[in-house]
Amino acid sequence: MRNSTLLVLGAGVAVMAAGMVMPGWLTFLLTLALAKGLVVMGLLLLMKAGLVSFGQGLYYCLGAYCVGVAGDYLETQNALFLMLIAVVVCVALAAVIGLLLCRYRDIFFAMFSMAFSMILYGVLVKSSAFGSSDGFNVKPPLLFGWTPTGEPGPLMAYGLAVTAVTVVGIFVWNYLRSPMGYAGEAVRENEIRVEYLGSSVRRIIYIKYLLAAAMAGLGGGITALAAGHIDPEMAYWTTSGEFVFIALMGGTGHVAGPVIGAVLFELIRTYAFQISPYTWQMILGIALLAIILYLPKGVWSLVERFTKEKTS
Amino acid sequence: MSALLETRSLARNFGAVTAAADIDVSINAGEIVGVIGSNGAGKTTFINMVTGYLQPSSGDILFKGKSIVGKNPRQVMRAGICRSFQVAQLFPELTVLDNVLIAYGLMQHRVLPMFRPLATGNSIKQAENLLQEYGIESYLPEKVMTLPQGVRKLLDIALAMLREPEVLLLDEPTSGVAIDDKFDLMDTVMQAVRKSGAGVLFVEHDMEVIARYSTRLIAFYDGRVLADGPVAEVMDNEKVKELVTGHHLEIDYKREVAHA
Amino acid sequence: MKLVIAMLMDGVIYASWLFIIAAGLTLIYGVMRILNMAHGSFYAIGAYSGASLVGFYLAGGYPPWGAYLMLLGAAIVSGALVGILIERGLLRIMYGRDEVVMILVTYAILLILEDVIKLIWGVDAYFAYQPYTLLGRTKMAGISFANYDIALIFVAASICFLLWWGLNRTRQGKLLQAVIHDRDTAAFLGINVTKMFSITFVIGAVLGALAGSLTAPGISVMPGIGVEVIILAFAVVVIGGLGSVGGALMGALIVGLARSAAVHLYPEAELFVIYGVMGLVLAFRPQGLFAIATARKI
Repeated sequence: MRNSTLLVLGAGVAVMAAGMVMPGWLTFLLTLALAKGLVVMGLLLLMKAGLVSFGQGLYYCLGAYCVGVAGDYLETQNALFLMLIAVVVCVALAAVIGLLLCRYRDIFFAMFSMAFSMILYGVLVKSSAFGSSDGFNVKPPLLFGWTPTGEPGPLMAYGLAVTAVTVVGIFVWNYLRSPMGYAGEAVRENEIRVEYLGSSVRRIIYIKYLLAAAMAGLGGGITALAAGHIDPEMAYWTTSGEFVFIALMGGTGHVAGPVIGAVLFELIRTYAFQISPYTWQMILGIALLAIILYLPKGVWSLVERFTKEKTS
Repeated sequence: MSALLETRSLARNFGAVTAAADIDVSINAGEIVGVIGSNGAGKTTFINMVTGYLQPSSGDILFKGKSIVGKNPRQVMRAGICRSFQVAQLFPELTVLDNVLIAYGLMQHRVLPMFRPLATGNSIKQAENLLQEYGIESYLPEKVMTLPQGVRKLLDIALAMLREPEVLLLDEPTSGVAIDDKFDLMDTVMQAVRKSGAGVLFVEHDMEVIARYSTRLIAFYDGRVLADGPVAEVMDNEKVKELVTGHHLEIDYKREVAHA
Repeated sequence: MKLVIAMLMDGVIYASWLFIIAAGLTLIYGVMRILNMAHGSFYAIGAYSGASLVGFYLAGGYPPWGAYLMLLGAAIVSGALVGILIERGLLRIMYGRDEVVMILVTYAILLILEDVIKLIWGVDAYFAYQPYTLLGRTKMAGISFANYDIALIFVAASICFLLWWGLNRTRQGKLLQAVIHDRDTAAFLGINVTKMFSITFVIGAVLGALAGSLTAPGISVMPGIGVEVIILAFAVVVIGGLGSVGGALMGALIVGLARSAAVHLYPEAELFVIYGVMGLVLAFRPQGLFAIATARKI
């Protein structure tokens, strides 16, 4: 276990170093992809418990707006401080909404979580103070007043994204092996048994919901800093749909799934958009159908199959 | 001395339907109480009420002299009353080992740890020992959904025994189990139970099983207790013959009792 | 007084529109247990075919009243065509999967259809305002309403009646109710469930397309209209109770009136109010007002 933690840390450092020599567009794409990967890692915790949230856009968007608004009002560019605000606010909101949502399962959980994200969308679209449907610009991040290149810019956000994914990834990896992590699968498989084993199903779901919200808020915050612009679209249901799409594409079998899925998703989208701007959604749709039909456990299952063949 | 578990005038309605009415039942430590009754007689409703899955419409449930009405299944289980299910309640997509590990993990912690792994050398050893006790250690790596019915029922009961309950309620332990295996299954369970000294109440349709293992018998009919007493006495009861077991019972239960 | 009448009329008009959209969605869910995201695309396809067919028709110099027939015809043909294609070509191999997986399948269909629409009709807006203006306007208590909008109320009422009649007064409808109630038992009793599925899906798709084509004269038809509409329809059916036609009617009225009140009194809350009402209803009636689904216990 210690070895794999070191491995992940090493990979994190390597990816970070690679950022120094990558072309700007790739750094930007990866930053956004990693930020989405964070959101999807949270979604993974819920999906392991059999709950598909079609509303993670709520926290993604809220995290982004926290960073944007707090940056403006508190006149700070301190990335860590802003991230902290984003996470705290998201968890606080999730603590309230989660009380209602943890009563629901299946399609109802999916739809109600979507409804909450649409409420935020509805509010933001009409809030002229935050630029209504146009959103507003966010100042680039600093780390205690310092940036790697001397001026605040994309590399800072990239570093932030890689660090966050590494830290959260190690957490999720350990979490999934813990009693709390397994409790998710237990809830998915048989709630009656979980209750008769003395654990509260609602509490298990509630905690997972809070964790997922925190990760989504973090992802949203990083996106705000990296993109330098935020708008209510982040809370629109299609954004949440994207996260479910990514989770499915990457697979829920491993922490790496969401990250691989997110990078793949961004690559497909960028290239599909460049090659044929009118059919990129169609390409995504066909990819989604193909995954549901032929790779129900996501791209990660290919990796697993490959490594198993190698060892056997 | 008062009974370990005692119900007083326990009743439950579903709308206009009465599933249980006026049930007075008691179980003492070390007792093995059989429960018979046709479908809809209120046997499972009774177990559901005692374990907090259903709240009674009226009446009281006393465990060690204290009322446990209003507690949920978690609290009842933690207090020391465990149950098995007519249809085994397991985690079907997971392996037998994972089922047991999760069961230990959920039961041992009130606040589930997030940073400690569930599967450690110790916890795996513990799970292996448990499965060995029930003679199903060979199924360890199998997914539950692939197991034969009898193994599932055993695993279900094993999970109910994890807490080392003082009262164990078994809901049709041999239903769905192959005829040849039912006595083996019951022998295994009873051995584990006797070791723990728990009071047992088991619902059963199979009269041979009832006759061989119960120390006392209760007959339910239409949500009420029809008869309660020594096995032979209840079996001889005219009303029980008429309403529950039918007239044509061919088993020599006295011999079976002697055998046990 | 004037404000109240305006609010009520706008609310009922909006509710009629919502009901036509939501009816197909809730019918498909009730029978097939598929929450069909692609319903928004059916709406968009109906709107595009309606608008373009009316355009062709009027350019030919035919009598303008025929344009209404064109709207209806466009909806039936396009809805049935897309419905059959999707049900036969795709959904049929997916039946029996988890409800949440089916949401994703229909989400994929939505993504694909969005681009199919762009490929067929391009990205420029279509207008077919003639049927809207042709009917003129009526003054009520000093407020002017478009007669087309008022007619929409009657269309919605007719659809509601037809659905009720079809489900409760016809043999096929009763069989369909059996499927809604208990699919397995219905199949066991010899009802051809697969056939019921096909018929339901096509009817649902036509209703979606009809909603689109009837809306087309009042809006500019452009990319993205389906994506906006589907989420509104979700709110309506969830409030009413997934799968219940009567529930969709109630849901549409509640959402319609709430939105109209917001628009007249506090326009900033327009979108918020729809989902706010939804949250409120669900907090007290978790399965919606007329639920046919049951929740898991414990």
